[in-house]
Amino acid sequence: MMTTNRMFLIAFTVSLLAACGQKDAAEPDASDAGDASRLKVGFVYVTPISDAGWTHQHDLGRLQMEDSLGDQVETKYIENVPEGAEAERVIRQFAADGFDLVFTTSFGYMNPTIKVAEMFPDTTFEHATGYKSAANVGTYVARFYEGRYLSGIVAGKMTKSNVAGYVAAFPIPEVLRGINAFTLGMRSVNPDAEVKVIWTNSWFDPGREREAADVLITQGADIVTHHTDSTAAVQAAEEKGVYAIGYHSDMSRYGETAHLTAVTHHWGDFYTRRAQEVLDGSWSSQNVWGGIKEGMIRLAPLNDAVPADVAALVAEKEAAIRSGDLHPFSGPISNQDGEELVAPGTTMSDEDLQKMEWYVEGVQGKLPR
Amino acid sequence: MRFKIEARPQPSARMAYLSPLIAVGLTLFTGLILSTLVGTNPLDAFYAFFIAPIDDWYGLGELGVKAAPLMLIAVGLAIGFRANIWNIGAEGQLAVGAICGGGLALWFYESSSVFLLPAMIVAGCIGGMLWSSIPAFLRTRFNTNEILVSLMLNYVAVLILSYLVHDPWRDPSGFNFPESRLFTDAASLPIILDGTRLHAGFIIALLVVALGWVFVRKSFVGYKMQVVGMADSAALYAGFRRKHMVWIGLLAGGGAAGIAGISEVAGPIGQLLPSVSPGYGYAAIIVAFVGRLHPVGILFASLLMSLLYLGGESAQMLLGLPSAVTGVFQGVLLFFLLAADLFINYRIRREPAVSPIVAATAADTEVTP
Repeated sequence: MMTTNRMFLIAFTVSLLAACGQKDAAEPDASDAGDASRLKVGFVYVTPISDAGWTHQHDLGRLQMEDSLGDQVETKYIENVPEGAEAERVIRQFAADGFDLVFTTSFGYMNPTIKVAEMFPDTTFEHATGYKSAANVGTYVARFYEGRYLSGIVAGKMTKSNVAGYVAAFPIPEVLRGINAFTLGMRSVNPDAEVKVIWTNSWFDPGREREAADVLITQGADIVTHHTDSTAAVQAAEEKGVYAIGYHSDMSRYGETAHLTAVTHHWGDFYTRRAQEVLDGSWSSQNVWGGIKEGMIRLAPLNDAVPADVAALVAEKEAAIRSGDLHPFSGPISNQDGEELVAPGTTMSDEDLQKMEWYVEGVQGKLPR
Repeated sequence: MRFKIEARPQPSARMAYLSPLIAVGLTLFTGLILSTLVGTNPLDAFYAFFIAPIDDWYGLGELGVKAAPLMLIAVGLAIGFRANIWNIGAEGQLAVGAICGGGLALWFYESSSVFLLPAMIVAGCIGGMLWSSIPAFLRTRFNTNEILVSLMLNYVAVLILSYLVHDPWRDPSGFNFPESRLFTDAASLPIILDGTRLHAGFIIALLVVALGWVFVRKSFVGYKMQVVGMADSAALYAGFRRKHMVWIGLLAGGGAAGIAGISEVAGPIGQLLPSVSPGYGYAAIIVAFVGRLHPVGILFASLLMSLLYLGGESAQMLLGLPSAVTGVFQGVLLFFLLAADLFINYRIRREPAVSPIVAATAADTEVTP
C-alpha cells in the first residue's frame, strides 16, 4: 500500500518535472544526507532561533557540537514547533528520517518524545527539562538557580530602592526555583530587599513582557530581571534608567548601561559529549542536572557600574557553589508566612527542588494558582 | 491601446471557482522565484513543500490530523460569517470545549464505559456553545459588538484552562508541572489508520462539513441567513428575525470549535495542557474565507492550509529554510487570493487608443478598485 502511494507521488513529481521542461533534473532526494557513517543529530526548538533567548542558546550549543565533532556529525533543526499535538510529528519525522540522536528542547515535548521513543527504539533521544525517561530517552536540565542566586547578590548590592522586579512566564517549579534563588541571593547581602513578580503566562510575548517590566519599574523596582524569552525587560530598564539582569543569553547589547549581568545557559559541552557517546556506543540514559560546576550555567561579564568589592564577592560565592561549599537552598529558609521550611544546616533535596511550589520570604504577592 | 478595469454586470461564477486556482498558481510561481533568489533549487523547494510531507501514509494521516480542527471550526464560523456575524472567538470556544470534554475524562478517570467518549464530545460541543452564547446574548440584548466580545473571551478561556491545569486538574504525580493526567484509552479517540495519528475526530469533522453543506444549501434557515448577509433590509422586510440569526451563527461556530477542542485533547494530545491549540481558532478564519464560506471549499482550503504547515516543517528539515517561510507562503497565498477575487466582480477590458482629451475624461469615470 505504502509503495503504491509513494510510486504515485514520485510519478506525479516526475511528470511535473517534465512539465517544467527540465527532464534531465534528477528527482530530488529527500535523504541527501551524505555518507551513512556520520551521526545525524536533530534539534527541535520551541521558538524561532532569534538573537537571544532559550532557543538561541540551544542553537549555539548545536553549532559548538558541529565545530568540535566536525565531519563526524551532521545536524538539522526545526524551529518554532508548538508544544502539544505538533511536536510528536516533528520528533517522529527526525526518527523516521534516520536521525540517530534527537534533542527535544522544551518541557512540553516530554510526552511526545516518550511516545516517539517507544516507536523508534534504535533512536536516541534527549529531552530538556522533563522528568520522564526511558531506555533510549535521557533528560537534561541546568541548575539555573545557581546563577540566579549569584545574580541576586549583584541585585542586592546595587539596588537603592530595595525592590527588584521579576517578569516570569509560568508558575512552574523551574521558574519558582529561579525567583526563590534570586530572592535568597539578594537578601543574603541585603535583608530588606523584596522581589515583586508579574506573570505573563507566555514564554515569548515581548509586548506583555515590556508592559510587565514597566509596571514593576513604576512600582519602585530599580532592578528588573525576567524568566521569559525576549529582551523586552532589559530594553525597558535601559529606557527607564534602571538596572536589569538578563536571562538565557548575555543581553548587554540591548541595555549597555542597564545590563548588570545575565544568567547564561551553555549546552555545547553537553551536546558534544552526548553525541560523542552515541558515536562511541557508550551512551546510556541519564538524568543530567548540571550547574556552574559543569559549565552549563555562567554569569555574563559584570557591568562596569558594579564595584570591585561586589565583583569579588560574586566571584567568591561562585567558587563556593562550584566547590559544593555553598548551596542556594541551604537552610534556614522560610516561606512567605515566616514558616521555616528548610531547617538550619540542611539542604533541600533535588527531588524537593524539582517539585518546588512556594515562595520564599521576601517575595511579594501571592503565588497564582 | 489601454486596459481598463470595469465592473461586471453580475459576479462571474466562473471566476469564483477559478480565483483560488489562480491564487495557488501564482503562489507557486512566487515560491519558485523566491527559492531561486535564496539559492535553493525551485524543484527541491517544491518537492520539500508539497510532496515530501505527504509521500507516505503517516504524512497523509498528519494532513488529516491538522486539517480536521481547521475544517471543523471553519465550517461552523462560515455559517455565521455568511450572515455577517463575526465570531472571532473560536480559539476560546475551542479551549472551553477542551475543558468541558477533558474535565469529563478526568472526572470519570476510572471509567472504561463506551459512553464516556461520546459524552465527552457532546460536552465539548455544549461547552463551545455556552462560551459563544455570551457574545450572542450580549449582542441580541445590549447590541454589543460580537467581534470584540468574542475576541476578548479568547483570553479569558485560555486563562481558565491555564488555571485548571496549574492547580485543580494538575497531574498529582507530575512534579507540579502544569499538565493533567494522560487520558485513558476509554477517553481517547481511536486511531482510524494504523501506523498514523489519524483519529476518529477526522470523521467527525467530515460529518460536520456534510452537515454544514446540508444546512447552507438545503435548509430554509440557511437560506434566511444568507439573505440576512446579502441584504439586511430585504431580510427584515421579509420578516426574518435578525436575533435568531445571531444566535444560530454564534452557536454553530461555538459548537464546532468546542468539538474541535475536545477532538484535539482526546486525539493527538491525550491530556489537558495550558495551551491546546497552535492558533487553530484564528487560522480557521483564513480557511473559511479561502474556502469561500462554502463547506466544500472549506474542506479543500483546510487541506491546503495544513499542507502549507507541514510543508514549512519539511522545508526546514530538507532545505534548512527558516520557519518564517511558512508564514510568507500563507501570506502570499492570501494576497493573491484577495487580488484574484477582484475579478469576480470586475473584469479587464482592452480599449482602442483614443485621443488625449477623450482619454482624460475616460480616466475620470474609470472604476478604481
